[in-house]
Amino acid sequence: MYNFEFAKPKTVEEAASAMAAEGAQALGGGQTLLPTMKQRLASPEVLVSLTGIDGMVGVSASGGSVTIGGATTHAQVAADVAESYPALAALAANIGDPAVRNRGTVGGSLANNDPAACYPAGALGSGATITTNKRDIAADDYFQGMFETALDEGEIITSVSFPIPQKANYQKFDQPASRFALVGVFVAKTPDGVRVAVTGASNEGVYRWTAAETALNSDFSQAALEGMSGDADDMISDLHGSGAYRAHLVGVLTRRAVAACG
Amino acid sequence: MPKITMNVNGASVSAEVENRTVLSAALREEMGLTGTHIGCDTSQCGACVVHVNGKAVKACTMFAVEADGANVDTIEGQAHADGSLNIIQQAFQDHHGLQCGFCTPGMIMSAAALLKDNPKPTEAEIRDYLEGNICRCTGYQGIVNAIMAASGQSAAIAAE
Repeated sequence: MYNFEFAKPKTVEEAASAMAAEGAQALGGGQTLLPTMKQRLASPEVLVSLTGIDGMVGVSASGGSVTIGGATTHAQVAADVAESYPALAALAANIGDPAVRNRGTVGGSLANNDPAACYPAGALGSGATITTNKRDIAADDYFQGMFETALDEGEIITSVSFPIPQKANYQKFDQPASRFALVGVFVAKTPDGVRVAVTGASNEGVYRWTAAETALNSDFSQAALEGMSGDADDMISDLHGSGAYRAHLVGVLTRRAVAACG
Repeated sequence: MPKITMNVNGASVSAEVENRTVLSAALREEMGLTGTHIGCDTSQCGACVVHVNGKAVKACTMFAVEADGANVDTIEGQAHADGSLNIIQQAFQDHHGLQCGFCTPGMIMSAAALLKDNPKPTEAEIRDYLEGNICRCTGYQGIVNAIMAASGQSAAIAAE
């Protein structure tokens, strides 16, 4: 990979000012960025490490929600929200492999918005709020297509706040080589209605399956989804699975998630 | 070039590295610790697993400058001071946990991390934890048997 300047700020303010440099790029756990840089698909001039900022690491729960610092690793989330939000803990505990989970961060995953990543489904399914150094962004406004988000140039995810649903479950169909989701579905039953978020399937990245939400709002049961599946025309089609296969999985995994909600 | 200082296997070590140098390369080329293997160099295979501040990480997917000031444990620090193998290493030898040995440093370091958190894992938990460690000799049953034995449990018999 090409060389770069390295900055390790101690505060969000220092990080924001480092991010103002030409060619600057935020570095979370680097589990996507380093392989990308090795392939020279990215060649930032300045890397701004966010993992040394104390205020951006850790989990706190209050008032029916959990707030996770942007630089908190998947392993720490899996451990620290196990009691307060078990469905989110289970999602974090099944990302990649143990060594990846010890480095990868929630902010890094959401900023990258890989179309097959797990956290986008968890954030959109929960109706999370993404907090940056500038503003709060609702998950419904945040995800804008494959690898596209509402983040401005240089904007840093400082924390993510997840309202804790009445019931929730995430079902991931592993793509065993990459350990990303071939398809993943996050179902949450909230006081404002059911939310169903699908990752790994659509060419547009993570999305809410509104037809399933409508069906589940009138009857929160597997039976309400009988015969329903995703729209194969919108689905990713590659050597790991055709669009039709992914569309089928969307239906199967949503039913499994509802069943697992109990 | 930036100078980094790490505590590697209990000893303070300094080196000058480029910002782009990954930890696996710094350990091997600057510090002469070639026990940490580089297999895929893309964080898939796990041959480069080391512990940074007690956590198992893939050393090929972390910059050395990120480990400045950290405690790093590698395969070279696993044997006892007198050179005898530790319990996990001995179990790998006793239970045929290696053939060519290329993946073994990463397997041992992952196993050590697992047993620290979960001293009596089930066979399924061992297989799940080793998801990110690939053995091209396909010697997984011996590896699982070795880790079962190292945790004081009778080795599994049946393959999956």
